[in-house]
Amino acid sequence: MSSLLLLFWSFLQVGAFSVGGGYAAMPLIENQVCHLHTWLSADEFAHLVTIAEMTPGPIAINSATFVGIQIAGLPGAIVATVGCVFPSCMIVMTLAYVYYRFRGLNMVQGILAGLRPAVVAMIASAGISLLILALYGERNLPSDFTHPDWISAAIFALAFIVLRVLKIKPLWVMAGSGVMGVILYAIF
Amino acid sequence: MEKPTLRALFLQMFTISACTFGGGFVIVTLMKKRLVEQRGWLSQSEMLDMTALAQSAPGPIAVNTAVLIGWHLHGLSGMFFAVLGCILPPMIILSVISLFYTAFAQNPYIALLLRGMQAGVAAVILDVTCSLGQDVLAKRQVLSTALLTCALALVLFCKISPILLLLLAALTGMLSALFHSKKGGSL
Repeated sequence: MSSLLLLFWSFLQVGAFSVGGGYAAMPLIENQVCHLHTWLSADEFAHLVTIAEMTPGPIAINSATFVGIQIAGLPGAIVATVGCVFPSCMIVMTLAYVYYRFRGLNMVQGILAGLRPAVVAMIASAGISLLILALYGERNLPSDFTHPDWISAAIFALAFIVLRVLKIKPLWVMAGSGVMGVILYAIF
Repeated sequence: MEKPTLRALFLQMFTISACTFGGGFVIVTLMKKRLVEQRGWLSQSEMLDMTALAQSAPGPIAVNTAVLIGWHLHGLSGMFFAVLGCILPPMIILSVISLFYTAFAQNPYIALLLRGMQAGVAAVILDVTCSLGQDVLAKRQVLSTALLTCALALVLFCKISPILLLLLAALTGMLSALFHSKKGGSL
């Protein structure tokens, strides 16, 4: 029972603070799930992100359901998802009321303008964590960083170039990297 | 503009959520296409307002939009069914996947697949970061750029808690808005 409450409370925080869409929720989820509670290992979190990216639906909901099931089965999934959704419902309705009543959102715009760069920084940090995990198998840069997993590095570099330059959709890039992983790791 | 039934609202949200890969923004775009252009449940400007509000609030943007659309069309029960329609598909699909996950992860080929994908995911996220970062820098505002740099430094070197960082950033934004409004202009 207490794990259900903890799940609810954790995802309540995720739902309350993830401003700007699913990617913004990810660093918060990582913080809750890997650092504050040891619910998922770093590898499992990376798998979560992968799966949440590749399945339909909002990324935050996907993550909440996945973590919920891993911790506490179906009730866990429901509790985590409701926790994630609840604060945003309240806040969005309040904002809508303020907006339609006062037709003014300058203060909110100001806060958002402040939040946006912070969110970008947080997403960058999550991305870098995942990169280090892919290259070195652990979350923090080892003191000897001259021996990364070269296959991972190659897949990352290729994927990044394909995304930035060719603007291929992430879904295909991830499927491609998975396939390349199977091939390259099997050979070497 | 004809008002849909609760059932129609639920079904629309369900199918949109079930068919869109790639996160909330894609869902909202599809909502625009189906609900405004194809069915006329909302006007274009109403949808734009709601999208802006949904982006301004925390939480998944698709869910926020569902809340607003549902409330607008059918009050409290509309909100309930719209949100339900939005979150059910991922809950079902993800539940199925995660129940198999433990079995999946043991399989050596799946393990290699996931390992390859890890590098791919890192690339996707860093690509998104670059695009978002470019947007922030393109505004050429001193405060945004300074915030971005400070936030990056705090996050990478000081391991600051995300919630603390967000509160500080919100405070800075709020103070900046107050400062600008004192100089002239409304709040």
